Amino acid sequence: MSNQSRHRFFGGDVDWFTVLLWFSLCIIGWFNIHAAVFDPEYPSLFNLNTNYGKQSIYIFSAMVLAVTILIVDAKFYSSISPILYAITLLLLIAVLLIGRNVGGNQAWIPIGSFRLQPSEFAKLATCLLLARYLSAQSTKSPNLKSLLLGAIIVLLPVILVLLQPDTGSALAFFALVFVFYREGYISGAWMLFGALCILLFVLALAFNPWMVVLSLAVICGLGIYYFRKKTKIIINLVVLFVLSAVYVFSVEFAYENVLQSHQRNRIDVILGKIDDPRGEGYNLNQSMIAIGSGQFWGKGYLQGTQTKYNFVPEQSTDFIFCTIGEEWGFVGCMVVIGIYLTLLLRIVNIAERQRTAFARIYAYGVACILFFHFAINIGMTIGIVPIIGIPLPFISYGGSSLWSFTILLFIMIKFDSNRKGIV
Amino acid sequence: MNSFFERKYIIQGIFIAVAVIIAARLFYLQLIDESYLLSANNNVLRKMVIYPARGVILDRNSKVLVQNEPVYDLLVTPREVKDIDTALLCELVGIDKDGFNRRMAAARSYSPYKASQFEKQIPATAYAKLQEHLYKFRGFYVQNRTVRSYPDSIAAQFLGYIQEVNDRDIERSKGFYRPGDYIGASGVESAYEELLRGQRGVKNVMVDAFNRPQGVFADGKYDTLAVAGDGLVSSLDKDLQILAEKLMRNKIGSVVAIEPATGEILTFVSSPSYDPNMMVGRERGNNYMKLLNDPYKPMFIRPIQAQYPPGSVFKVVSALTAQQAGLIDQHTIFNCPGGYRYGGGRAIMRCTHVDGPIPLITAIQRSCNTYFGYTYARMIDHRGMPTGEAYTLWRDAVMKFGIGHPLGIDLPGEKSGLLPTADFYTKRYGNAKWGSSYNISLSIGQGEMGITPLQMANIMAIVANRGFYYRPHLIKGIGEKKIVKPEFAEKISAGVDEKYYEPVIEGLSRAVNVPGGTGYSVRIADIEMCGKTGTAQNPHGADHAVFFAFAPRENPKIAIAVVVENAGYGGTWAGPIASMLVEQYLKDTITLPKFIQDRIYNADLLPKPKTEKPKETVRTAPREAHTQPGSSDEHVEFIHHSVAALNRYE
Repeated sequence: MSNQSRHRFFGGDVDWFTVLLWFSLCIIGWFNIHAAVFDPEYPSLFNLNTNYGKQSIYIFSAMVLAVTILIVDAKFYSSISPILYAITLLLLIAVLLIGRNVGGNQAWIPIGSFRLQPSEFAKLATCLLLARYLSAQSTKSPNLKSLLLGAIIVLLPVILVLLQPDTGSALAFFALVFVFYREGYISGAWMLFGALCILLFVLALAFNPWMVVLSLAVICGLGIYYFRKKTKIIINLVVLFVLSAVYVFSVEFAYENVLQSHQRNRIDVILGKIDDPRGEGYNLNQSMIAIGSGQFWGKGYLQGTQTKYNFVPEQSTDFIFCTIGEEWGFVGCMVVIGIYLTLLLRIVNIAERQRTAFARIYAYGVACILFFHFAINIGMTIGIVPIIGIPLPFISYGGSSLWSFTILLFIMIKFDSNRKGIV
Repeated sequence: MNSFFERKYIIQGIFIAVAVIIAARLFYLQLIDESYLLSANNNVLRKMVIYPARGVILDRNSKVLVQNEPVYDLLVTPREVKDIDTALLCELVGIDKDGFNRRMAAARSYSPYKASQFEKQIPATAYAKLQEHLYKFRGFYVQNRTVRSYPDSIAAQFLGYIQEVNDRDIERSKGFYRPGDYIGASGVESAYEELLRGQRGVKNVMVDAFNRPQGVFADGKYDTLAVAGDGLVSSLDKDLQILAEKLMRNKIGSVVAIEPATGEILTFVSSPSYDPNMMVGRERGNNYMKLLNDPYKPMFIRPIQAQYPPGSVFKVVSALTAQQAGLIDQHTIFNCPGGYRYGGGRAIMRCTHVDGPIPLITAIQRSCNTYFGYTYARMIDHRGMPTGEAYTLWRDAVMKFGIGHPLGIDLPGEKSGLLPTADFYTKRYGNAKWGSSYNISLSIGQGEMGITPLQMANIMAIVANRGFYYRPHLIKGIGEKKIVKPEFAEKISAGVDEKYYEPVIEGLSRAVNVPGGTGYSVRIADIEMCGKTGTAQNPHGADHAVFFAFAPRENPKIAIAVVVENAGYGGTWAGPIASMLVEQYLKDTITLPKFIQDRIYNADLLPKPKTEKPKETVRTAPREAHTQPGSSDEHVEFIHHSVAALNRYE
């Protein structure tokens, strides 16, 4: 790293490049929110009754928050993490009791004219506490007990969020699996195993489970034939086959009995089992039309007909990427994806240059959360993952989400700027 | 740093892989698959059709026959309808609550989000009232279009009508028409459809997800203007047409008047007629059924579809063709003992009079059956060739006068008439040894011969022109430049030299202008009209009265044929009608005694409706008659009758 990219600031080296990436995402977000709700009859830029007017305030206050975070001593975040975690859990319980129900989710606590979404802040608190706990264990070699306790730290908020029920936000916590992987708690083999389980899950839903089991049987049969002299491998293969078969059928069972019908429908739409562009598939279809019709250069700023005329729902929040795709085209999408990828890779690099395990683990946590939101949010607008209502970090409209992601990121920047000091 | 440092690369690799997957998917969506762009345009673009005004039709003096009148379609988008005063709306549109609910249900079942027709063709007067209140009815819109309007309610069969296209029309037009469009269905509207319809315009309007209009797409770059249809100038003389229709009121029959020098049709009456305005507007369906079920068949276009044995007018053709064949001349005299004996004297075709030796001119003047019986016998039996060949020669000469084939008028549905071939008789009699006596009735235009009133009038035009005609037509100019179709500018010869016409014309003139002539009572002062009365046989009831004429003798301006069905003797009904029309056209006045005029105006010659179903008549008509679709039984009757029956005819 050259010294030019870092300056002395609040007693440390701030990674201005990351700050720049953050700021550019916020600005891109503002312009696209403006486009999404733009009404040619009221073209004023800073009308506080509009989403983009409010977003200006959110961005401004996020900047204030960022500066505040950088001023505060880095140790503070480590020491406050158990309290923050506890408060978050309480808020998550409170939201179940007194929260306002918006769109079927009991996720909001009204505070004046703003609504606070505790699940957004739960990610931050969980990351901090997890980092603190795992860093405290880092002198020992990874063991099952630490893994379990770490998992409990993650799962407690997950359960509470699921009760709202906000499946999307809950799923985001599972991205923290990469943190465990990085710290050695989970081996590559298990990660691969997990990936295969997901693959099998999708296959079981997409195709007739009997077909899937039959295919597995054929593969095992070939394996048994190949290893016909090695009894042990054959036994393993048979056990594996039986387990997979049970898994496939239980997936089918769970899918039919555990998931709610709207969740099932969303998955079915993605898997192509439901072709209903006016009903279940409406959002996805309109979203893909918006993005697909952007072509190479896009339709131009404020020229998107899909977004401007309300064909795409939730345009300024969960489906903000449609506006980007439609108005800025493939080029614009690549720029946004490029910025995100740069940010994610940058965060991993930052993580690895930390001296303390706490800062490193926390940074990985940030990377995981951002990655999950980035991949799932964009993935759902282009039809490669089911529709899950989570925001696109820094771009989607909304105070809670912008602030929580900003805090998440800037605490990491603070740790990084302070990494040469003693923690 | 710890021992799992290298896992950083795995994690970064996963990040990159996911970003690449997303980028690849975007590459496919945005750059490969074009369908999303189409879908986006379909979402947002509504092509609003702008209907062109249909071409206006004028008469030969630029008076309006058909024009366009604005009407208003009321559209509804059910989803947007909220809190409206249903009772008020019902009152303004003129429907009841049930009708309202039915229409709303229909609109909803079409689409809750898209506009569909609620009530069509609201007249301008009702619209004015509705418009004031329209703001109260959210979800209701008005779209204007034009309908046909006929200021004088005349010439229904000539003008025809338009109707909504059906699936077959749409298919045939290869998608030009769309449901709800109108197409000419009969008459000129149908014959000149492609010129009259004009070109639709398209306005691209952007709508939002709720189908609410949001503005013009791309500043109207892709919009096209509607191009109004070409106007047509008809050859019809509106005033003459009005008079003719008035004269033909309560009578079944036809009037066709042609300007001989051009083939332009001046009057085209098919009676009983109907008000063409009936075929427009909200009552159209009911009216249409009424007209279809009318026992007098107003939808039947008699001037070109009714076929009658021509009677006397055919003697004119006989006289001309026989002269041209060199078988008679102006001085040829036949003896008329009051009838023409044939078949070895056992049979007789009677005349109405006993004239003794009679020359050609007198034969025409007095319509002598005997004379033309001899003439026909010469044509068929005495030409030194087999009967069949001689008959074919005769037939070819006759066809040149426009008999037995369509004249090519610019209206759909023209009938060819009837003129049997030699083969027909050979088949009927089982061998080729038949002769003139087997079908002697053809000599005087009876028997197996049928011609339309148009063909009758055209024969008069040929005589007036002394040997040629132009295809009779109703449209003399198309569009701004008044283009005439080339087929109507083509001079067609009737195959008889000019010199042979004089004796015939002299005969026709005497028939009208010499005391005792059949048309003397309808002669016109100062105008030498040449014409004749005729009678077309009708085996079902009273005979049809016919009068045909042209005038003036030199430089003729009008050739006319009048047929009044079931009116008996031609001089009584058809003659005065023809005379009045000719005088009106040439002198702009009518000098016929008032009492005759009144008698015509007030006459009701409609056959009384039969109470029981008429028996199916045994027809021995040639096959051709059967193969003509749409012919009315009443008008296409060709009975091979006994010779005695012919005695009754002139």
